[in-house]
Amino acid sequence: MERVILNSVEIYRALTRIAHEILEKNKGSKEIVLVGIRTGGVYLAQRLVKKIQEIEGESVPIGELDITLYRDDLAHRKESPVLKKTHIPFDLNDRKIILVDDVLYTGRTIRAAMDGLMDLGRPRQIQLAVLIDRGHRELPIRADYVGKNLPTATDEKVEVLLEETGEEDRVVLKKGTDKESTS
Amino acid sequence: MTTERILIQSGRIIDPASGRDTVGDLLIEEGVIREIGPRLSVKGHFLKIGAAGKLVVPGLIDLHSHLREPGFEYKETVATATAAAAAGGFTTICAMPNTDPINDNQSVTEFILEKAKSEGKVHVLPVGAITKGSKGEELAEIGELVAAGCVALSDDGRPVMNSELMRRAMEYAKIFDVPVIDHCEDLNLSAGGVMFEGEVSTAMGLKGIPAASETVMVARDIALAELTGARVHLAHISCGGSVHLIREAKRRGIAVTAETCPHYFTLTADRVRGFDANAKMKPPLATRRDLEEIRAGLADGTIDAIATDHAPHAAQEKECEIDRAPFGIVGLETALSLSLMLVEEGLLTLPGLLQKMTENPARIIGRKIGRLGIGDTADVTVIDPAAEWMVDAGHFKSKSKNSPFIGWKMKGRIAGVAVAGVWTPAEGGR
Amino acid sequence: MGLKRKDVLALAEMEKEEIELILQTAESFKEVSTREIKKVPTLRGKTVVNLFFEASTRTRTSFELAAKRLSADVINISTSSSSVVKGETLLDTARNIEAMQSDIIILRHSSSGAPYILARALRSAVINAGDGAHEHPSQGLLDLFTIKEKKGGIAGLKVVIVGDVLHSRVAHSDIHGLKKLGADVHLAGPPTMIPLGIEQWGVKVHYRLEEAIAGADVIILLRLQLERQGKGYFPTLREYARLYGLDGKRVARANDGVLVMHPGPINRGVEVTSEVADGLSSVILEQVTNGVAVRMALLYLLSGEKP
Repeated sequence: MERVILNSVEIYRALTRIAHEILEKNKGSKEIVLVGIRTGGVYLAQRLVKKIQEIEGESVPIGELDITLYRDDLAHRKESPVLKKTHIPFDLNDRKIILVDDVLYTGRTIRAAMDGLMDLGRPRQIQLAVLIDRGHRELPIRADYVGKNLPTATDEKVEVLLEETGEEDRVVLKKGTDKESTS
Repeated sequence: MTTERILIQSGRIIDPASGRDTVGDLLIEEGVIREIGPRLSVKGHFLKIGAAGKLVVPGLIDLHSHLREPGFEYKETVATATAAAAAGGFTTICAMPNTDPINDNQSVTEFILEKAKSEGKVHVLPVGAITKGSKGEELAEIGELVAAGCVALSDDGRPVMNSELMRRAMEYAKIFDVPVIDHCEDLNLSAGGVMFEGEVSTAMGLKGIPAASETVMVARDIALAELTGARVHLAHISCGGSVHLIREAKRRGIAVTAETCPHYFTLTADRVRGFDANAKMKPPLATRRDLEEIRAGLADGTIDAIATDHAPHAAQEKECEIDRAPFGIVGLETALSLSLMLVEEGLLTLPGLLQKMTENPARIIGRKIGRLGIGDTADVTVIDPAAEWMVDAGHFKSKSKNSPFIGWKMKGRIAGVAVAGVWTPAEGGR
Repeated sequence: MGLKRKDVLALAEMEKEEIELILQTAESFKEVSTREIKKVPTLRGKTVVNLFFEASTRTRTSFELAAKRLSADVINISTSSSSVVKGETLLDTARNIEAMQSDIIILRHSSSGAPYILARALRSAVINAGDGAHEHPSQGLLDLFTIKEKKGGIAGLKVVIVGDVLHSRVAHSDIHGLKKLGADVHLAGPPTMIPLGIEQWGVKVHYRLEEAIAGADVIILLRLQLERQGKGYFPTLREYARLYGLDGKRVARANDGVLVMHPGPINRGVEVTSEVADGLSSVILEQVTNGVAVRMALLYLLSGEKP
């Protein structure tokens, strides 16, 4: 069973709104950098950077963060997950970082991402932007920018499908437990 | 030991020495074979052994066993080795002299014979050392050894490298008409080696022992046998090159005989992959081609006998790093079943195989055993050729369990043995 | 996918895909090594034991650094401090270490096959850090990583391995790894140091260095154990250097951009002249840097929960 939560137009609108909110809160794009969490967050960060460029006419630095090495569940997994590369081609010190992910759930991924960022430098501030906040937090973490708040049950699964991975843009809600979706 | 009156009934009686292969009964009285016939009728109390469908054969003879006593009782004793022998169908085993002390004098020989008499389950024939302490420096007192009961001479495991000394040993042995048994290994070529030299040793990074380490010494011994006219017996032949040399020597009428062991016609160096020290022995397991040559040598009579080279070692000695583990495997309890495979495969006839485990070994050591003649000592083995069993180290009578055949499915098991007229049935559980 | 094994003992028994996964994972760790804070919390709470029965500062340090950069606790046990001298068996030593809740044991041992004894008996993951003349898989992997990084790939490259192949566990691991990844592997050395049957691995054997080097993309020099001199393998170091030492003139016969590699420590003037060892073709020090990243990848990939 699968239900579409956001379609392609709705995703576009949500991202446009988030881009405006980021600019509003940070008084423009001067001090900010965007860091997408691999894999879904990277594509959303790229779209936000493009949107900000359209609005402000200025480009914003963008980085990619793989949080695997900072996960708190590695010891309990039979197989170590495949590592992807972290690529942050700028200095993080004293910057305002907008961390971007697709779904906010337990908060553990964001905890890992913040630890990862701290090892790379000392940012002035970290803000969080997510497309979907599905609740069920296990850590005291909240998002600064949310595309859509979506009440869910723990046995449901939220999937953000994007053109960049060869899918039609959409967010779907699926029934059934899947331990992989602990974003 | 009290001897019994035993009637073994309705078995297939095979005696290679006399050429007998008939179905019938065999009667044992006062420790000797009294009568053989199609259907014997007896009066009075007899232990009756039903042998229908079974083989009744001369007790098997092993030319090459290591009993480890005196000196290494933690590996094996005369009592446990002879129990293993009986379980494997052997009624006579030759005890190699590399004990501690080495069997190079009368007192050690007498000790072994005394132990065998008091604790042994089968006959033990000691083999005396060629040189004092098997050091390869000066001859042992061979006359004394033979007088004490040694049936052959060997520096097994520590071969005599000095060819001049070996020549003198062969010449001297002629006085007593005992064979000189040589473990053919050029110690310089094999130094530091762990396994057969070839692709497998390369892949495993283990120092190899080249086939030439054996063949060089086989060639030397043949030349010395020709020179001296002595009886020379070549132990545990393992590779094709040696088979060729022996075949040629026999063709030329030189008095050499040879034995191989079941592992050399069953396994190859591949068995060592995974670093299993239970596949480490000397000479080492060779190639598929060598294995085929050994089989051909058995089939055409180049190789006279099948021996076990039963070499027990304690578990902790084999569990260590393979290059530090000692050489050798136990063999008394698996030899017959492995050898029967040669019959199954059509390489040898059943009497032909049994000849290599009874008549021929007896001839090599010059003993009137290994045959089922009327009046002969009643050493008889009864085999159930169809029975299947699994090799389980827990069932070994030997004190040591270092066998590369553990877990193998075998066909043909011992029903029991009569040793000098005393019947020992094989235990169940096999 | 992950590694389909509890232990890393030999490249001979690994699938091509597993080797590729390790190399790919090592790329991520190389990035970590370029950071200011060269440490990640991945193996926090895990215990890694360096069990070295043979002296080796280089490999031990590399594994130690790799484990520390992953935030593991590291214990170093070397021959001099071990109880082997007191007659304890290898297995008993290892069981005692495991009783202290080790997760990964890295074993260096002079006996081929020694890591297999531990791997069979222990719950801990075992990494072979060199066993006798058998294999040295982490060195083989770092060689592959360095070639791949420099050349962009391995398939189709002509790689020449020079020297004492008979006693070299590095050569064995290199050959298996290179063959699996599609390289054209040639060996050059005196026949006394080329092991029997090695042609069966699909390598070409040369006795003359010049002939082997022509058109080479990579030259891997093996360390010559100096104590082999006069043991019948070669007469003198002088003659060895003359026949198999790599100098500028010989390097010139190889392809442009040839890589010169050596597992170290180098015998300058024997396997290689200083001119070549310190020259533009040499990637000997980069091998050392990459060693840490490759070993971090191995530790990471073997750190999952034990079934």
